[in-house]
Order: sequence, then C-alpha cells, then structure tokens
Amino acid sequence: MTTLSDPPHADGFRLSLLVRDKRYRSYTFQAIALIALFVFFGWLASNAIRNPVLQQAGIDFGFLADPAGYDINQQPIPYTSQSSHLRASFIGAINTLIVAFLACVTATVFGVFAGVLRLSNNWIVGKLMALYVEMFRNIPVLIWILIIFTISANVLPQPSAFRGDDPEASPILGVAALTNRGFYLPRPYFTNGIGAVPDDVPADGGAPVAQEVASIANWLIVLAVFAASFLAVRGVNAWATKRQNATGRRPSTFWTNLGLWFVPIILTLLILGLRWEVPELRGFNFQGGILARNSLIALWFALSIYTGAFIAENVRAGILAISRGQTEAAAALGLRPGRVMSLVVLPQALRIIIPPLISQYLNITKNTSLAIAVGYMDLTGTLGGITLNQTGRALECVLLLMAFYLVFSLVISAVMNAYNASVALKER
Amino acid sequence: MAMTDTDTATPQMEISDEVAIEIRNMNKWYGTFHVLRDIDLTVHRGERIVICGPSGSGKSTLIRCINALEEHQRGSIVVDGTPLSSDLKNIDKIRSEVGMCFQHFNLFPHLTILENCTLAPIWVRKIPKREAEKTAMYFLEKVKIPDQANKYPGQLSGGQQQRVAIARSLCMRPRIMLFDEPTSALDPEMIKEVLDTMIQLAEEGMTMLCVTHEMGFARQVANRVIFMDDGQIVEQNEPEAFFKSPRNERTRLFLSQILGH
Repeated sequence: MTTLSDPPHADGFRLSLLVRDKRYRSYTFQAIALIALFVFFGWLASNAIRNPVLQQAGIDFGFLADPAGYDINQQPIPYTSQSSHLRASFIGAINTLIVAFLACVTATVFGVFAGVLRLSNNWIVGKLMALYVEMFRNIPVLIWILIIFTISANVLPQPSAFRGDDPEASPILGVAALTNRGFYLPRPYFTNGIGAVPDDVPADGGAPVAQEVASIANWLIVLAVFAASFLAVRGVNAWATKRQNATGRRPSTFWTNLGLWFVPIILTLLILGLRWEVPELRGFNFQGGILARNSLIALWFALSIYTGAFIAENVRAGILAISRGQTEAAAALGLRPGRVMSLVVLPQALRIIIPPLISQYLNITKNTSLAIAVGYMDLTGTLGGITLNQTGRALECVLLLMAFYLVFSLVISAVMNAYNASVALKER
Repeated sequence: MAMTDTDTATPQMEISDEVAIEIRNMNKWYGTFHVLRDIDLTVHRGERIVICGPSGSGKSTLIRCINALEEHQRGSIVVDGTPLSSDLKNIDKIRSEVGMCFQHFNLFPHLTILENCTLAPIWVRKIPKREAEKTAMYFLEKVKIPDQANKYPGQLSGGQQQRVAIARSLCMRPRIMLFDEPTSALDPEMIKEVLDTMIQLAEEGMTMLCVTHEMGFARQVANRVIFMDDGQIVEQNEPEAFFKSPRNERTRLFLSQILGH
C-alpha cells in the first residue's frame, strides 16, 4: 500500500508525474516561471547593452556632481543654480517628502473625521459627508490639483494689494499673508542657544554653514524636549493604569499631561530665545519668513481631500465591520458609548483600517509626482525632469527615481506593517 | 405560584413578593411596524420566566427593551424601582443591575477570556484589577472553564464561549439575568453544558427571563412560561399547565409544531 506521504519510489517515477503529481506539480511550474523570467531579463539586458546610445555613453552617475544650472522655486535648504545636480535632486526629494508627509497627516485627519461622521445619526451630517466622499474620490486628483491651484492663484490677492495706508488685503493676525503667489508665513529662529543668531540680524538665504548647523542643533534640542515630554506622559499614563489596577479608580491625568506636553517645550523655546521673522512687504513682494508657494498648497490640499475621501471609506468600513453585537454586549455590561468605542470597537476596527490605510499613504507618496502639473519642484520635477532633460542621462535618472520612490514606500510600508502587527488580533 | 410536591427545586428557588420588573402597557414600533402591543408583565424577584413563540413575535425585542438595547415608545418599564427613561443615569443603573446573554455570545475577540470578564467591572464598577480578576476566576470556575482564562474567545468552542458570556455577565453582579436564545447557535451536545449552567444559576435564586425553545429547560426550571405571538403576550401559565392544556389556539398550534417531533 502506498499512501500520500510515502516517499516516491525511484522505480515508480515517470516524467508525467512532474505535472500530474501534486507533490511535484508546483515545483515544476515554479521552475518554468523562473526560467522564463531569467530569459526575459536576459533579453532586456542584452537589448540595453546593444543599444547604440548606451554603448556610446555607458552608465555613469558622474553627472550628478556637475552644476545644475537651473533654479528651484521652493527651497527648503539653500540652493543656487550653481549647485550640483545631486543637491537639486536632494531638494526635490525633500520637497517630495514634505508634501507627502503633510498630505498623509491631513488626509488621515480628514478621513477619520469624515468616516466617523458619515455614520452619524444626524441626517444632514451623514449626507454631507457622503457628498464629500463621492465628490472628491470620483474626480481625478490631477484635476483637483489644477482647480485648487487656479483658485488660489486667481482669488487670493496680489502682494501689492497689501500695500498702502488703506490696503485691500491685510495679513492674518498681522503675520501671515495669503497671496496669489503663495502663503507667506512667519519663520521661527533662535537668538540663544548653540551658535546664536543675533536678534537684529535675521538669518536669510545666505546664512553661513555654521549658522545652519546651529539652527539645526537648536531644533534638535526642541525635538529632544518634545520626546522627553512624550516619555513623561507615557510614564504618567502607566502610573495611572497601575493606580487603577490597585484601587479601581483611575486618577485624572488630563491636567498633568497637558502640563507635561506644553510647559517644558514653552520653557525651552523661551530659553533658546525663539523669535519669529515676520514676512514684510518690501517693494513688490514680501521679504523674509517662509514662503509656501501656492503650488505646494494646492498639491497638499488636493492630495489631502482626495485621499481623505478614500480613507473616510476605510474608516467607515472598519467601524461597520464590527458587528452590532459587540456594541450591544458592551452596552449591556453598562459601558458608556465613549468607552464602547475606545475599549471595544476601535481596537477591533483598527486592524481592518490599517492595511488599506498603508495603501493610501503609498498612493499619496506616489501621487506627489503630479507636482509637475503646477510647477512644484519635487523629485520628479528636478531629477526626473530638468536634470534628465539637460544631461540626457535618462536611464540613470529614472533608475534613481524608481529607487527613491521604492525605498521610501517600502519604509512607510514597513513602519505601518509593524504597527499593524502590534494591534493584530490573536486568534487560534 | 405553588410548586408541586414532586418538584426538585431547592428551597432557594422560592419567589419573593418583591417586584423585580414591572412592565405596563408597553408598545414599540419599528417605523410603522407595530412590534410590541400593550405588553403587561410583572416579574417578581426569584422568578424564572421562559418566553417562547414563533420567530418575529417580538420576544427578543421585549427582553431587549428591558435593558434599553431597544427603545420603547409608549408605556412604562420599571426595573428594581428604577423607571426606564431617556435619562442616562437610569439607563446606567438598570444596565448594571441586569445582565444579558446573546444568541451569538458577543464576546470581545480582541480580549482574553479573563479580560472579557474584567473589562466592565474595572471600567464601570471601578473595581481594582486584582479584585476583578479574582471575581472573574470565581465565576469562570462556576461555569467550569477556569483553565481557559488566558485564551482568546476564538480558541473556545461555542458552548464554552456561551458559558464565558454568562460568567462575564455575572461578574457585574446583576440581580436579573436576560437570556436571548442562548442555545440557538449551539451544536446539540453543547446545549446541555450551557443549560446546566443556567439551571445552576436558577437554583441559586437568580431572577431570569429567558427567550428559548428548550422546552425541557422550561419544564425543569421555569415557574412561568409566556407565549408570544404577533407582538402580544397571548398566554402565560405554569409550565405544567402550559404544556398540558394550552388555552389558546395559537399556543396549541405552536406547541404541536415544536413538540411534534
């Protein structure tokens, strides 16, 4: 008698078993697929090698050190047209990261808000949120970017409108000017701390490297204080849980936590001598401060509302997927609706919400490459656009571009998957 | 409500004069559908009532109204002297007095068995965790599954899950227990273990309202059987009389259908 688990007999082996026998079948097909894949890539490689353009130029990344020779309108770090292609690409990458990060945060806020409210018992609120979702997710994001850009460029006042004794427009709270060129916002800087910048000389674009480093050091201090606050708050919460476990009453931590969040950071900022460089109208334009161009604003806002609509549906699906029975059982035990949400529904809903949320974050990251439509210089605009066109190094540029998006997306994916694993349901 | 001499009930199974639940002229609609009509029901402390009837007759809705999982539109419900109104304080008070078990158990799948049992005592009753765990283990032992305390609901059989659900309710120390078809989703061999737990509970004098089709259970522990049809209480009587000589035609039809085979 032979059974399924018996080792194959050498004498009983026939070639047809490779296809018919379920012990070998999958290996056979995997081997065939692998060979086909190798052949395909081999063909691609040989094709590339025989390509006359490549044969002439070879693959060479040396061009990255050459002067770029073009201007970039949104510069998070200093840059001139004499800077190298590498620095231009670097700025492009930072611009991509900035808009991707901002859009992920606001899209999540919009999405959670709209998703929860769409389940509201209030008819008007529910319908409004449904309208939002259906309107924004069913029109291409490129069109939203263009619409918002056009509106901001046409509706907002020109900088000259802020001039005169009786100006047509005035900055919000006297510090932030929303113009058709973009948003001029106050720029924070420090007058104390490491490598202090004197109060009367606001650091501008041509700041020496030492000052740049000092400023970074000061921000790192702020970040460290923030992290310390975070740890302290966690400590307080752990203590509260311990007290609750011991006595049954959870001590109120609201004011303590509020204090821990704000007092150290405010003290630090005061000690470091935080000042705000307010944009001022000089000549035809505002000087100083930070300029967030309306291309950035349009891209950020369009990606946020567009992706927010998708996230809203993810959130709604996650909450709806938790059966009514769970809510009822919790309510029957005497838990109030807020606690039912935080102790029973959300812990279960999160597992359902997070995997598609990762996809949405990745979508945002890659959709930032639509920046080129409104002239926001992201990585696709610099490395994949002007640099590529000027140097003719298409293969190198596209490879670098792909590598960047791939690595960045994989990092997001890895981080979010790790978070997902931490909230995963243990079953069986 | 005199019991016959042959009854195996322990002395604890006696019924006091104290009223546990008083329902007067209660009506409920789902939209235009009149699901409960003029319900009048008085439950005394220690009573064990079985509610039966065809599906859609409103029996689940009736007991779900008692702890405000459903809202009634007309009439009054008073539980342990607390009138059920839209006042959240009253609803909280009633829910902490009334335990409930569901057809599909509704255990929290993201929490262990022990955590399922301690969640409400910790967050609602504000009992220290250790004490809540001790109480939970006491009731888990009572339903005979203390060794599963650290597993998750998904790892347990249906019968075990329902017994955990009973223990979870008991951890809140309710004075009244509602059961909504607790054995309908179970395999036959698991029904017995759940019924045994419920019988044990009845013998300890718990006031119970149970929607079920387990007529054996009704015969053994109920002191009153209520038959509902079309949103009304059609007939109620002691189990003996109820099964032997139903007075209403609809009751007779229903009994012949469920006892016929």
